[in-house]
Amino acid sequence: MTPPVGGATEIAARVRAGELSAASVLDEALAAIEARDRELHCFNSLMGERARERATEIDRMVGAGQDPGSLAGVPVALKDNICTRAAPTTCSSRILEGWTPPYDATVVRRLAAAGALLVGKTNLDEFAMGSSTENSATGPTRNPWDTSRVPGGSSGGSAAAVAAGMVPVALGSDTGGSIRQPAALCGVVGVKPTYGVVSRYGLVAFASSLDQIGPFALTVADAAAVLEAIAGHDEMDSTSLERAAPRCSEVLDDGADGLRVGVVSDFLADASPDCASAVRSAAEVLAAAGAKVDDVALPELLHGLSAYYLIAPAEASSNLARYDGVRYGLRVDAPDVETMNARTRAAGFGAEVKRRVMLGTYVLSAGYYDAYYAQAQRVRTIVARAFARAYGHFDVLLAPTTPSVAFAFGAKTDDPLEMYLADLFTIPTNLAGHPAMSVPFALGEAGLPVGVQVLAPALGEREMFRAAAVVEAGAPPGVRGPVGTRSAR
Amino acid sequence: MSEQLSSEAVAHIARLARLEITAEESATYAGQLSAILEHVEAVRRLDTAGVPPTSHALELRNVLRADEPRPCLERDEVLSGAPRAEDGRFLVPRILGEEP
Repeated sequence: MTPPVGGATEIAARVRAGELSAASVLDEALAAIEARDRELHCFNSLMGERARERATEIDRMVGAGQDPGSLAGVPVALKDNICTRAAPTTCSSRILEGWTPPYDATVVRRLAAAGALLVGKTNLDEFAMGSSTENSATGPTRNPWDTSRVPGGSSGGSAAAVAAGMVPVALGSDTGGSIRQPAALCGVVGVKPTYGVVSRYGLVAFASSLDQIGPFALTVADAAAVLEAIAGHDEMDSTSLERAAPRCSEVLDDGADGLRVGVVSDFLADASPDCASAVRSAAEVLAAAGAKVDDVALPELLHGLSAYYLIAPAEASSNLARYDGVRYGLRVDAPDVETMNARTRAAGFGAEVKRRVMLGTYVLSAGYYDAYYAQAQRVRTIVARAFARAYGHFDVLLAPTTPSVAFAFGAKTDDPLEMYLADLFTIPTNLAGHPAMSVPFALGEAGLPVGVQVLAPALGEREMFRAAAVVEAGAPPGVRGPVGTRSAR
Repeated sequence: MSEQLSSEAVAHIARLARLEITAEESATYAGQLSAILEHVEAVRRLDTAGVPPTSHALELRNVLRADEPRPCLERDEVLSGAPRAEDGRFLVPRILGEEP
């Protein structure tokens, strides 16, 4: 089937020119969601009424000769851990059932100001903890490329919604790979910006020193346009960098001539043959475009996974302490407050959230703090130093996004460690606070999409997008969404 | 040898984390958490002598603003999201040991 929705920059250009009404774009997106979401379950809730009012306003502005903004009429889906005023924000957790935030996240306000239509909230692993969207209280999202497989996670609903052509753009959050990994598994572009480039005000906190919001899109150019709309300093987030949004759209036609590209050889050995060979082919594309390509050995990066699974749960155990039955959503009544807290959290959190909260509580507890948490922070320094060494010689690095293509439902749910390994290649970037993005580049095992990851040093978004645009242009046809729903293959 | 967590240790951690869990759950989590701790053992043994810890990837600085009143979230809207509220406040069960 032909996906009804085109790309974001194309839609915005036509809406601004008065060739296409925002209302009709919205109708098509809502119809696509209506037609396919029963099967795929990308959305936890829709915001159709709010979007329709906005679309009417945008069409009125165009009619009056005003410019509604760079994303005029572009339907956007939001991961359901991004706060939307008076519209449910559940984090796919029972504990936030029935809660509606009293404010909009900064990214929500910026998208609206740019003329985007916010159509709904997408499914995720509960509180963004997971790599398959199977840890959701609302049920799993299915991968549109093969409905017997996971879309990846934790932003699986956002990735699948873009891959299925329901919306051209979605936002996710990336703490250890939660944008890039599902983007790779669903054949779409996914960007994790430099820590602090996009405001996190209104993003429900998971691991505050790692969390960052970023876009999913069908193309590198569309992702650049969305990043430009949402990035930039925000006084409501104390970690927000005091700089303007990186202008990535301007470098998309610059080519790769003279760009120094390092291929992270340690990751290739740990990736399946299809994912490893995609990186080699992408490196050849860059070299043919004039880039200087070399292998780089960074074995320290492989320690990132273990450090992450100490640091992220530690921060999560602290951040999730606020869900205590007092201020938000669920309460299980009990005669005293402590029992009420414990029963509410027992009933409201799923197994993976409980596991991480307990792991974090343990590694932060007296007698273990130095051995685990402080040690993990030192390893974080070792990872950052390894990157610094590489970026002394290279402008960007190239690596697989994931160790394999999309896996089957249930394949990793019995063994938490197996699931954690899905983030092996994405986690080091978060520990260092750097940007990285996944670009669809090949079809691998069973004809499923394979992503190639482009990594850059802090605030290296322009070089990253430059390389990503070349990689995208060199990819064979048919490797990216939108794709019609397919059953098991 | 890495840390093996007993069911009793997990029950204690759950109390610290304000999570009510059953004995059966304690046993399951003991096995899973021990496996995770075993995996991170390699990191625990890495020589990090002289390596400073990183708590935040990019350098943070203190952020201050002028101490001037400005509008904040609407109280009633905030309280409307709470399980129970009364007289403009969050309502909770008794906190101290005595009868009300």
